[in-house]
Amino acid sequence: MRTAFINQLIIEARQNPKIFLIVGDLGFSVVEPFAEEFPDRFLNAGIAEQNMTGIAAGLAMEGYTVFTYSIANFPTLRCMEQIRYDVCYHNLDVKIVAVGAGYAYASLGPSHHATEDIGMLRTLPNLTIVSPADPVEARKLTTELCNIPGPAYIRLGKAGEPQIHNDEADIQRGIPVKVLDGKGTAVFSTGSIVKYALDYIAANKKDWALYSFPYLKPLHNESLIEVFNQFENFITIEEHQLNAGFGSLILEKANDLFQAGKIQKFPGIKRIGIEDEFISVAGTQDYIREKAGLLLSKVP
Amino acid sequence: MSVSSVSLSRLIRETTLQLVFEAKASHIGGALSMVDILAVLYEEVLQIDPRQPQSPERDRFLLSKGHACTSLYSTLAIKGFFDLNELKTYSANGSRLLSHTSHKVPGIELSTGSLGHALSVSCGLALAAKRKRKAFHTFCLVSDGELNEGSNWEGILFAPHHKLNNLTLIVDFNKIQSFGTVEEVLNLDPLTSKFEAFGWNVVDIDGHNHEEIYLALVKAKSSADKPTVIVANTVKGKGVSFMENRLLWHYKSPSQDEYNLALKEIKG
Repeated sequence: MRTAFINQLIIEARQNPKIFLIVGDLGFSVVEPFAEEFPDRFLNAGIAEQNMTGIAAGLAMEGYTVFTYSIANFPTLRCMEQIRYDVCYHNLDVKIVAVGAGYAYASLGPSHHATEDIGMLRTLPNLTIVSPADPVEARKLTTELCNIPGPAYIRLGKAGEPQIHNDEADIQRGIPVKVLDGKGTAVFSTGSIVKYALDYIAANKKDWALYSFPYLKPLHNESLIEVFNQFENFITIEEHQLNAGFGSLILEKANDLFQAGKIQKFPGIKRIGIEDEFISVAGTQDYIREKAGLLLSKVP
Repeated sequence: MSVSSVSLSRLIRETTLQLVFEAKASHIGGALSMVDILAVLYEEVLQIDPRQPQSPERDRFLLSKGHACTSLYSTLAIKGFFDLNELKTYSANGSRLLSHTSHKVPGIELSTGSLGHALSVSCGLALAAKRKRKAFHTFCLVSDGELNEGSNWEGILFAPHHKLNNLTLIVDFNKIQSFGTVEEVLNLDPLTSKFEAFGWNVVDIDGHNHEEIYLALVKAKSSADKPTVIVANTVKGKGVSFMENRLLWHYKSPSQDEYNLALKEIKG
């Protein structure tokens, strides 16, 4: 996904002179082509994420569309207040890019597990949040972010994620994307764990529908109403804490739509996510996901 | 230096005192300590047209110690960025004059209130000017206490590395922070040596002497290849004898008697 992101950013930067990339001394073997082609619009801010985000705000005040790039929690939680106050409150054109969503850096330990970022960041006004499931979503969302002014956060996986959608997939702002048709039950997911859900449903011959949510904020009501009215049961699966995460977002939406009379029945929603714990053993991403109980087999 | 910056400073002090008294506000000590710096900046140095506060060519001034906004709001109103009468709404229901610096107010570049933010943003502005070959200069004023914040030291490391000679940092070094003296809470000494070691041009001045402030600011604007820090030695509560050097006036609002006495002292 990070390759899809940087390649697309280069394409966008060729036609958009406002695009500026700042890295927090990370991005080895990823960001070099951008740095070489656009030296005037590239900066390594050093290992100093608070300063990096403040600098991004300053550059954005002068008309740049600034991408800050680092891994896991460093461009997000580490500088949460700069994101909230400098970027979001001033509604500046800063896009935060974090590589290593969820347990992508599994064996590096909890310092590198990005498992609370959605919860923290989705409380911030003015911030768009996108969470691509595959390189196609990553590419299209990168283009989208270059063209929509204002603060945004893109939660990328790592590298080598398989393609889920075909190249022409229609990714629209605020709308979930149907990956599989099904009956009775719909699985909602976001990020690279969508691929796990896809494989699980196929391997176990489940007649479940599957939706990927590239947009977590905004998330438009109209498309959700349609899906809520179409199925009996819902499963959310995410590589994030259950508290304040993606499943919580869906529950909140369901509740608000039900209260507003937009859906007639409160949907049954089974949430799968991290149950309020840190995982402090080594292992592959799949191993750590299993250890954290991110398993669709929990649902009969 | 000019007579007008001195008379402006007197007017800023008077307006600030009145505003703080009427709104029963706090933080007057730190608002008064930076008044002379503001007066010289806005009267003599900053290239800003109050009628066009968003002009792309303007110099940028960012106040990092947002809690001291009363003297900045007063300065801006006196200079015509907005109507002086609006100061009466300070901190009132629905007013845009929040009691920490607000970018919704004409002439304010950045909202501040959480300490340790404006220097990084200033680095971004100065870097943008370099990359876009713009001639404007960026000034950032920080308190001494907020140099406790690690984020400032990230910026202090960054600016000389990138040769941001179009950036000037001013430290309002009044030696008193929120809960004690700087020396007691988290000592900054030797402050000038620290900045020198980080690669800055360092100018150590009396932050109430208008000629010293003016010369330091003008020199900073023409620095060859380094950012400049002006360590302005100031007195918290400057201009009102019973407020000077007293921690209490970080919090307290003057009573009617104290207001009358203070006003008399300021008017001389």
